[in-house]
Amino acid sequence: MFLPRLQRRRKVGRMFHAACALTSLIGLAFLVVLITRVAWEGLPWLSLKFLTNFPSVLNPPNAGVKSAMWGTMWLIGITAMVSVPVGVAAAIYLEEYAPNNRLTRFIHVNIANLAGVPSIVYGILGLAVFVRWLRFDRSVLSGALTLSLLIMPVIIIATREALLAVPQSFRHAAYALGATRWQTIRAHVLPAALPGIMTGVILAVSRAIGEAAPLLMIGALTYVTFVPEGPRDAFTALPLQIYDWCDRPQQVFHHLAAAGILVLLGILLPMNAVAVAIRAWHQRRKAW
Amino acid sequence: MRTLARWRERSIHSVVFTCALLSIVTTGGIIWVLTTESIAFFREVSPIDFFLGTRWAPLLEPRSFGILPLVCGTFLVAGGALVVAIPIGMGTAVFLSEYAPPWARSVLKPILEVLAGIPTVVYGYFALTFITPHVLRPLIPQAEVFNAASAALVVGVMIIPTIASLCDDAFRAVPKALREGAYAVSATRLEVSLRVVVPAAMSGIVAAILLAFARAIGETMAVTLAAGMTPKLTLNPLESIQTLTAYIVQVSLGDTPAGTIEYQSIFACGLTLFAITLAINVIAHRILRRFREVYE
Amino acid sequence: MVTTMETPFGSDQATTPLGVTVRPRPQRLKETNSPPPESVIAADRLTIRYGTFIAVHDVSLEIPSRQVTAIIGPSGCGKSTLLRAMNRMNDFVPSASVDGKLLYRGLDIYGPECDPVELRLRIGMVFQKPNPFPKSIYKNVAWGAAINGYRGNMDELVERSLRQAALWNEVKDKLQQSAYALSGGQQQRLCIARAIALEPEVLLMDEPCSALDPIATSRIEDLIDELKSRYTVVLVTHNMQQAARVSDWTAFMYLGELIEYDDTNVIFTRPNEQRTQDYITGRFG
Repeated sequence: MFLPRLQRRRKVGRMFHAACALTSLIGLAFLVVLITRVAWEGLPWLSLKFLTNFPSVLNPPNAGVKSAMWGTMWLIGITAMVSVPVGVAAAIYLEEYAPNNRLTRFIHVNIANLAGVPSIVYGILGLAVFVRWLRFDRSVLSGALTLSLLIMPVIIIATREALLAVPQSFRHAAYALGATRWQTIRAHVLPAALPGIMTGVILAVSRAIGEAAPLLMIGALTYVTFVPEGPRDAFTALPLQIYDWCDRPQQVFHHLAAAGILVLLGILLPMNAVAVAIRAWHQRRKAW
Repeated sequence: MRTLARWRERSIHSVVFTCALLSIVTTGGIIWVLTTESIAFFREVSPIDFFLGTRWAPLLEPRSFGILPLVCGTFLVAGGALVVAIPIGMGTAVFLSEYAPPWARSVLKPILEVLAGIPTVVYGYFALTFITPHVLRPLIPQAEVFNAASAALVVGVMIIPTIASLCDDAFRAVPKALREGAYAVSATRLEVSLRVVVPAAMSGIVAAILLAFARAIGETMAVTLAAGMTPKLTLNPLESIQTLTAYIVQVSLGDTPAGTIEYQSIFACGLTLFAITLAINVIAHRILRRFREVYE
Repeated sequence: MVTTMETPFGSDQATTPLGVTVRPRPQRLKETNSPPPESVIAADRLTIRYGTFIAVHDVSLEIPSRQVTAIIGPSGCGKSTLLRAMNRMNDFVPSASVDGKLLYRGLDIYGPECDPVELRLRIGMVFQKPNPFPKSIYKNVAWGAAINGYRGNMDELVERSLRQAALWNEVKDKLQQSAYALSGGQQQRLCIARAIALEPEVLLMDEPCSALDPIATSRIEDLIDELKSRYTVVLVTHNMQQAARVSDWTAFMYLGELIEYDDTNVIFTRPNEQRTQDYITGRFG
């Protein structure tokens, strides 16, 4: 009555298994090819001189990323100082204080949508608000504020998830002892959620480090031979410098771009690794 | 002491509430900025010409502001990216949730995260200096130096982690009991994966694809570097095209004084881009929410 | 700790096919003088571990053909583990390991020659919570048969299976409706029909009524009584009264060990072991 054809089904199943495993490896393969290529092109050009020189169009072999790195440091410093407290505070409100009404749900939906808005639209917003309207001009401040707006939804979502993961029993226990809401949050909820929040913040900031499109929009220069001295100075950033070098047709600039990418990845990959390590450590260690 | 504590509590409450309101202010700001300048733009260029016109030539005479070539270029790259990312992303997700032993999961998931964390300029660099000259053109000599295909390829790789991890979440949301019921009637693992789990997770999969599509549409640096600056209404991926995002970059890199029609075209294009990605994201989140309600 | 046990098979001091020496035949068999029912599934010193935790320890028993065998015991005594070992559903738990033998008609279930997919054609399973597929009622019953290449008339198979599961009259007009529109009891009978559609020899039922209300429960108990004319039923239940009502043979397990296995009447009226007595009188559980 039944013709199960098990042999054939098994064989097809094995092929499918292999196909799925293969597709999983394609991502890995691409990563390997990418990094190998970048290292191949860029390592010969990576030197202390590269890190400490300014870029030079006329003298490419002596070009460097000094201005870009300083610009990135200024940029990220201000971005982190603005976006992290505001983002975490917003998430604390949404998770710990907000009543479950239409306004709160609207804010949630709003944040999810903001997280999906293309980064260049944030650049347009920054151009109109910070550069033109507030007259911060094409300065580090404009760039940092634009990037802050960009990564804030990401920080809020990550912090919310970290707060949600803290069991309600923690809060109830504290309230039962007569603690106020803020005392509970500060002493019990935040410490428990801290690893999750740190992971989210590190990943968000590393995203900001790699962004170029919003900075192009606010008018950050791509060829800069000075270091910013204050928030109102003009600047460039590492991704912008890389973009500028890529855009030039001569081969030598592509090598410089590869070296710049190595510096950028050299900053970002350890940051991502730390974030993932914190998450893994927290998963293993937490007692609930 | 009580009043001091109460005052402190109340002020903290106000501070965090204000921070949360900032998100609404941001959205309002985006909409306000985009619409006001676009209104100025639409006083010069009729919306019909803009949304249905097929020639985009903002700088050459005779000037024309038909956005369809840019939209077509954007969708060509984003569509091509999906062609790359859907099979690889879903295959990875099926492997992760149905076949992979725990050690493989703990290796693959971080690799996907690393892939997702690489900045888009790096992908643009890779497309321009490696894919086009050393992979694409040797295979297909008619490909131009700037082409949609190499941009589509790298954007596709960029969104693989999005599709893979969202689909993986969707598969894991399907209850174990459903799988057990299928195994108990003599189904092989392939049949359980493809004929029970994937159909049960379908709306989660659709939401994942839509979200990845929106990301590909908004992608800027890789397409600016690799896809070209020539707005063209074409379906040929080997040609040079221009996307909405690349145009916006092109204009802002040049010296365009405020108030000119070119400056305002940035906002009109930005508005179109924002509207498209917002619509896709809203639909995707609604599908996702309904999917989660079924399985939780 | 080896306890003396009685098996329902063999005559005085006889040896069963497994080589187990048995005591005198249970009362019921002595009276009817019928030959011992053949054993379909046999466990020989079966031990099942999850990592280092021993879930089933040194269990030997035989399941007779076309009878209802109930496995009872308090929570965590290993009865579900034992049941799921019979159709290799434990394969899906990575830490599970099996020692000793588990035989289906002489074939080693955990041996290299046994294909789990083929095994499940002969040994079907019904789970604790009804788990129909998100498909129509018709497709739920037909799916397993279709992927296993059923050659006959599918409509007939579906109707036959639904009749045997006592569900046909309730659903015959709405076969294309989603299975999720049915009530809990109906869904469970649908799952039984789904398992029956493959024409198995054995039906394993893992607490099939625990998620159902009393009326649905009694309908399924009546159903089990009808099913045993065609299928061998192994039923795990934590409801002692259900075991007493429905089964022919009962095995009592405690902390992974088989304490006593005998005719249901014997177990519930004059058990041989003190622990059995304590359990059925409610001293613990």
